[in-house]
Amino acid sequence: MAKIKGAVTVNVERCKGCNLCVVACPTDTLSLQANEVNDRGYHYAYMSNPDACIGCCSCALVCPDACIEVYRVKVD
Amino acid sequence: MEIQDIIRPENKVYSAPELLDQNVHMHYCPGCSHGVIHKLLAEVIAEMGLAEKTVGVSPVGCAVFAYNYIDVDWVEAAHGRAPAVATAISRLWPEDVVFTYQGDGDMSAIGTAESIHAANRGENIVMVFVNNAIYGMTGGQMAPTTLVGQKTATTPYGRRVDLNGHPLEITNLMAILDGTCYVTRQSVHTPANVRKTKAALKKAFQNALDKKGTSVVEVVATCNSGWKMSPEKANEWMAEHMFAKYPLGDLKDVK
Repeated sequence: MAKIKGAVTVNVERCKGCNLCVVACPTDTLSLQANEVNDRGYHYAYMSNPDACIGCCSCALVCPDACIEVYRVKVD
Repeated sequence: MEIQDIIRPENKVYSAPELLDQNVHMHYCPGCSHGVIHKLLAEVIAEMGLAEKTVGVSPVGCAVFAYNYIDVDWVEAAHGRAPAVATAISRLWPEDVVFTYQGDGDMSAIGTAESIHAANRGENIVMVFVNNAIYGMTGGQMAPTTLVGQKTATTPYGRRVDLNGHPLEITNLMAILDGTCYVTRQSVHTPANVRKTKAALKKAFQNALDKKGTSVVEVVATCNSGWKMSPEKANEWMAEHMFAKYPLGDLKDVK
């Protein structure tokens, strides 16, 4: 059975750390940076568990600042 | 498979809409629903190929700077007068698609007359109505759409019916007018609702292209700063309390 693997990129400087993508993610892939901040002082989102990503786009759909891009591949 | 092998242009399934300027930082608070609605508008306009023939009318309210973010033609209207300005534009430029983007203060308070009469005349415009039950920009005062019992800066013990009246369901008023062709109420707090709102916006813009009359898309939204909550708590609060008064779904859809 083909397996789906996904990955996201976050536009770090645009991210405001609102946490909505972390809540929307069904596979607990995303987290907010605990210590790192961007130029505006926000704890931006990142893939803390990249192996779990299935590229479902839930995070990108709810992101209010359009800073998430999603990639998806089929692995045979 | 390594992440670098997945993150390649040919594997991209979702990217930020081109019409939303990535170099301009949006001034909205973290987690504000306005950002999602801007994104959906930019996506819908681009997908329908209307970037060169869409005119937006921005309101007074938090979305006053919408013209900085979405790369279409815009006009800034006086507070509440967006439907009146949109009426003029759509009559002078009948081939263009004209939409207004209004908050609850703009549409249901100061602009009630303009909004209702534009809808009643059946002007060929799309009205996007963002209802977050509070005046966000001015510091969280009570709006006409504030729920009974909801605490705001001007109703610190909660809205009282005997003092402040009932919440105004202006979208329901629009639905009974003969001029409107499509009236719907949506939300953007979950991925599924975001998709539904996008479909509703697409339908509204198609109605404007088909010259069917006024389309009203209400988006029940959060104002986490005004409500004094975190973004995810605000979404939960909205689902629990707002949807009881403002149930989601189509109120009117003329075939």
